[in-house]
Amino acid sequence: MNAIHDREKVAAPTSLYTNRVKVYTKDVYGPVRSAKSAIMVFCLVVYYTLPWLRWDRGPGVPNQALLLDLWHERFYLFGSVLWPQDIYLLTGLLILGAISLFLVTSLFGRLWCGYACPQTVWTDLFMTVERWIEGDRNSRMRRDAGLWTRDKLWRKLAKHWLWFWIAFWTGGAWIMYFVNAPVVVVEFWTLRAVPDVYFFTFLFATTTYLLAGWAREQVCTYMCPWPRFQAAMFDEQSIIVTYQGWRGEPRGHDKQNNIETFGDCVDCNACVHVCPTGIDIRNGVQLECINCGLCIDACNHVMEKMDRAPWLITWDTLARQEARAVGRQEKLHLVRPRSIIYFAAFLLCGTLVLVGLLTRATTNLSVIHDRAPLFVRLKDGGIRNAYTVKIANKTQNGATYVMSVSGLAAQRLSLPEQNPAFGDSVHLAIAPGSVGDFRLILQGRPGDLPDGRETVAFTLLNETTHQILHYRALFFAPAAAKE
Amino acid sequence: MSSKIEKDAISSTETTGHEWDGLRELDTPLPKWWLYVLYATMVWAAVMCLLYPSVPGIRGYWHGLLGYSTRVEAMRDWHDMQGRHAEAMAQIAATPIDKVITDPKLMETALQSGRITFANNCQPCHGQSGTGRLGYPVLGDDVWLWGGKLTDIETTITHGVRSPDTQARQSVMPSFGADNILKPAEIQAVADYVGVWWGVTPAGTDVSAGARIFADNCAACHGDKGQGVRDFGAPPLNAHVHLYGDTRNDVVAQVTHPRMGVMPNWNARLDTGTIRSVAIYVHSLGGGE
Repeated sequence: MNAIHDREKVAAPTSLYTNRVKVYTKDVYGPVRSAKSAIMVFCLVVYYTLPWLRWDRGPGVPNQALLLDLWHERFYLFGSVLWPQDIYLLTGLLILGAISLFLVTSLFGRLWCGYACPQTVWTDLFMTVERWIEGDRNSRMRRDAGLWTRDKLWRKLAKHWLWFWIAFWTGGAWIMYFVNAPVVVVEFWTLRAVPDVYFFTFLFATTTYLLAGWAREQVCTYMCPWPRFQAAMFDEQSIIVTYQGWRGEPRGHDKQNNIETFGDCVDCNACVHVCPTGIDIRNGVQLECINCGLCIDACNHVMEKMDRAPWLITWDTLARQEARAVGRQEKLHLVRPRSIIYFAAFLLCGTLVLVGLLTRATTNLSVIHDRAPLFVRLKDGGIRNAYTVKIANKTQNGATYVMSVSGLAAQRLSLPEQNPAFGDSVHLAIAPGSVGDFRLILQGRPGDLPDGRETVAFTLLNETTHQILHYRALFFAPAAAKE
Repeated sequence: MSSKIEKDAISSTETTGHEWDGLRELDTPLPKWWLYVLYATMVWAAVMCLLYPSVPGIRGYWHGLLGYSTRVEAMRDWHDMQGRHAEAMAQIAATPIDKVITDPKLMETALQSGRITFANNCQPCHGQSGTGRLGYPVLGDDVWLWGGKLTDIETTITHGVRSPDTQARQSVMPSFGADNILKPAEIQAVADYVGVWWGVTPAGTDVSAGARIFADNCAACHGDKGQGVRDFGAPPLNAHVHLYGDTRNDVVAQVTHPRMGVMPNWNARLDTGTIRSVAIYVHSLGGGE
């Protein structure tokens, strides 16, 4: 008989669905709580103020330091401007973010979940507001269980009113990452903004209100995929929030504070009461544990009061705890194949993104041959080919380019839409940060071409910077008769 | 396989009761709000079905309480677009053609409109982007029967060539063979003579007879050196581009019994602004003068 599955314990059939057990978190203070609060404030300040940071990019370009301008297909990231064709760099940044998450998780468990994830940060903020208005755990539980009094009514109303405004500003700030912040704020309140702005503000306000105010730990447990697969990132050598069972058990206490009968755990449930996901850390590693360590602060206070050694709940690895239980000491193994591989992947990806960003071409040239006609014969027997020239000037300076060609006898160029006259080269002016699109005619006397085509080389010279770009294209002519 | 409900000893969660090689699956209950979200989506679907066109019937369909229709919306957009197009064309019609090409915004509109109008109306004969074919001139080369300036092209498109329009471009090439003006041998001599200009006559052929016949019969319209005269719509012959073919037989056939193409007068079908746009587009194909 399998010890885990005890067939004798047969329960009566119950519902397929369960009620949520509401989590009433108790306030706690201590170093972990201070660190968590500091990170929360830092993240919130960055989130709400970053769109207001300015960055001078010259006239005609938004001066917002971080702006994802989807309408005009430009991402402004401080000193660089990303075009749609640079989107792979953004993909690289996202991959880099994922790998650093893997690396940190393999070393220190779910630090992201406990401290920096927006769900955690805003839930913490909403809980702080709740605690401020409705009091701590006990008074909230008492009031919720009690009748609807005037006191209960105004506190609930005040709480939701404040939550609403926080959620609104959160949704509003989100929009500012996509449209110029000072402009959209004015447009928003004068009702001149486009409907998308109102829609997304409303959408993100609603999700903030629901997820941080109501859903809370349900998001982590049921909606977020990360807790489901983070188990693949950490192992018995990762430092995670751990209850030292070998020290604490058997839990309990008596009036004499007798250490001989019981372990260090006095079974006061302080760790459970402060937990934002409402779990008992003493049950070991759990899917729901976001590794925030508030239980550590709570337990340390109790240990201090009971005159016992602190850190009954601490950060440690599973392997070290297992060794401790049988009285051995074991070293930390932070440097191990897993973390080395994650770190190597981090370095590789980081280098690729950096190199990509630094060596990004600031001018792109393409010369596309017309599909029809492939060539045109001229009065004097010469041949004319037409091309579409596209020049992307990604710099913040307007530029004039000189385009010339080599590889064709008696070659002449013209821009029929600008000036039908033919010359040795053509001049193309492109405004800063834009794409120039020109029809180019190339004519010459190619002579006998066995395949009916030959390669010509276009050269594009930036008159100001003297940067030169090359492009090889085909020139078509009637195929010479085969001998 | 057991169908008894049992509890896992560690997590005290029920199992599904199914067992595979000693492994049992936990039957963790879903949160209730999850179920309510499912119900909410059902209600949402029902409301959407009421508001929007949804249920097909035998002779029609449920139009929805909002009366929304993508077809109506598309037609409204189409009418909007037509209105804006007409406005743009009126503006181009009111602007002299030389001014249109120097105004970047008007020029862009004209090229765009010209390209589309050309594809819809001119492409069947002149080919994509004015590729041309036998009997239908190439529009990107440097040979023009009636002139390659913007105004020339606009006039040709407006009134057509040999069209019913009274101001149409008119020209007639005599049927030198069919009307017995020249004898077949004389026609062949002329063909040999003009063939020298683009190299189809073998070197060393005596063309003096053809030269005389050309001076007497052809030079009046085609020019003494075969350079062509645009006032008569007479094509240049000393060229490598020929509307009806460049072999000796092609020339003989054209002199004996000439083919003369017709181009419609587009003023009967297109408005002034649109014609002006097409003229600008054709001018931009590479042959514009």
